[in-house]
Amino acid sequence: MNIKSQRDFFSGLMFMCVGGAFAWGATTYNIGTGARMGPGYFPLMLGVLLAFIGAVITFKALVVETVGGDKIGKWAWRPLFFIIAANVVFGVLLAGVPALKIPAFGLIVGIYAVTFIASMAEPGWTFKKTFILATVLAVGSYLAFVVALKLQFPVWPSFITG
Amino acid sequence: MDLITNLSLGFGVAFTPINLLYAFAGCLLGTLIGVLPGIGPVATIAMLLPATYALPPVSALIMLAGIYYGAQYGGSTTAILVNLPGESSSVVTCIDGYQMARKGRAGPALAAAGMGSFFAGCVGTLILAAFAPPLTELAFKFGPAEYFALMVLGLIGAVVLASGSLLKAVGMIVLGLLLGLVGTDVNSGVARFSFDIPELTDGIGFIVIAMGVFGYGEIISNLARPADDREVFTAKVTGLMPTKQDFKDMAPAVLRGTFLGSALGILPGGGALLAAFAAYALEKKMKMKPGEVPFGQGNIRGVAGPESANNAGAQTSFIPLLTLGIPPNAVMALMVGAMTIHNIQPGPQVMTSNPELFWGLIASMWIGNAMLIILNLPLIGIWIKLLTVPYRYLFPAIVLFCAIGVYSTNNNNWDIWMVGIFGVIGYLFIKLGAEPAPLLLGFILGPMMEENLRRALLLSRGDWSTFVTRPLSASLLAAGVLLLVIVLLPAVKNKREEAFVED
Repeated sequence: MNIKSQRDFFSGLMFMCVGGAFAWGATTYNIGTGARMGPGYFPLMLGVLLAFIGAVITFKALVVETVGGDKIGKWAWRPLFFIIAANVVFGVLLAGVPALKIPAFGLIVGIYAVTFIASMAEPGWTFKKTFILATVLAVGSYLAFVVALKLQFPVWPSFITG
Repeated sequence: MDLITNLSLGFGVAFTPINLLYAFAGCLLGTLIGVLPGIGPVATIAMLLPATYALPPVSALIMLAGIYYGAQYGGSTTAILVNLPGESSSVVTCIDGYQMARKGRAGPALAAAGMGSFFAGCVGTLILAAFAPPLTELAFKFGPAEYFALMVLGLIGAVVLASGSLLKAVGMIVLGLLLGLVGTDVNSGVARFSFDIPELTDGIGFIVIAMGVFGYGEIISNLARPADDREVFTAKVTGLMPTKQDFKDMAPAVLRGTFLGSALGILPGGGALLAAFAAYALEKKMKMKPGEVPFGQGNIRGVAGPESANNAGAQTSFIPLLTLGIPPNAVMALMVGAMTIHNIQPGPQVMTSNPELFWGLIASMWIGNAMLIILNLPLIGIWIKLLTVPYRYLFPAIVLFCAIGVYSTNNNNWDIWMVGIFGVIGYLFIKLGAEPAPLLLGFILGPMMEENLRRALLLSRGDWSTFVTRPLSASLLAAGVLLLVIVLLPAVKNKREEAFVED
């Protein structure tokens, strides 16, 4: 069987899986009756509805002709990886992860790390320019978020400030 | 006239020097933070909320309203200048606004947005003042069945006006509703879908979803395009103010946008977002004048219409909050939070028990709008300078601000992991052509819908016909069905698809 619209086909599959998962999860809670709904009632209803919608979308994707097959296209692995990595590393550095015995490195170190990792998402980055950008962002964020807005961040590494 | 006495009471409250100062401070802070790409009104308000705790309730709400308008205008600014909507309601502003900026007409685009918003804000305030009292009367007749029907209507409205496939939009709404249910169930105290993770028992943060899906998802898909696709500004910046012809073009668009926005803003779930989308669709359907720039290539009507609509909608979306106590969108949900902190229970009783607060807030909305335009028109030149910053420097900064913004809402690392996950999901949505805006709407309304469905069926002893036998609820649902039928009519369906085809 030919997939007529790749995007719709996989969206439908996604809805079916997620809807099914929610519905299945909902059955582990008390369902109750219409008059006395348990915590599982509404999610079960919605989960089944979502799975049904997904099924219809998938079916249509197999039947209804589209121009050019509505392809999903190439995945942009490079930006995907570096942007998400920058975000995660920032979280790790900012407040540390006690469970893994990683100390908090604070806002400033985190900003340099985010800027460098995120910049790598695009080919052709240079160390010098990125370093300047990171410094500007670090100073700006310090003034805006710590001095002006008084947000509670660990600013410097915990092993220095104690 | 009641309206005059009420408004003068309000202005009496709002025009004290100290409250004017708070309104000004709110607008300024809101604009400054809202203009940072990736930080929309929700994040801005969330970040600045603690600053208002110490103020008296009226001043606190006035300042928050100022922050809201400032942030919203700031969001439109980033939409126009860097093609990054600070919030979902400025998504459509991106389409033509950014194209205008690329052609060197960022100044007129920003001015059109500002002036359109101001006009719409004035009208919206008047409508709010005129309709709030009668609607409050109506609100007392609202039972859970009516609330539920109203939310269904709101969601249908959102689907109808979403671009692309109807079915997919419905799917995204349901997905959003389900995501909204994650966390502790208020009735039974059972932690649903939380996988024994303590942070998840509080539910998924709205900001996390918004920033992950709209912020990171967008950046990734932007970077996936070849570099010359995005950052070429073909012409020099020419003139900061709109020309005479611009004014002629935008005036009717502003009027239409204001009207549409005021009407749609009242619907729960839609508010500013729905209004902006509808206004853009409407402008596209209007007949083109000869020599006018096509839509999607920098038509000033494509900026003025939606911007007026979203501001009028933002104004009238206070109506459901103040009269029914249900927040129509995420910003209003934060306002509810702020009100409860000050011991005010939003709902129909606010107007009678707290008239100073109620009318003071309404008056300060107008003041906020006025300050915004005074503050921003001279600053347009500065915002335009932002254009010269290449995307290469911008996107790491956006990632940083998203991460900081998310962290600062709860001071918890967990939110940073979640925003990463939703970044991946957001990119997936973009690849699959599934629009994320309806998801967000569903997410906000999920818990409220469940609550009201539960209550309605409890009262009717499990009889589902309660939704169609109660006249108010029945007419709301009928309106929803009518909307759906209209959209599915073949003639309208084709028109609708035409309206949403990009460029």
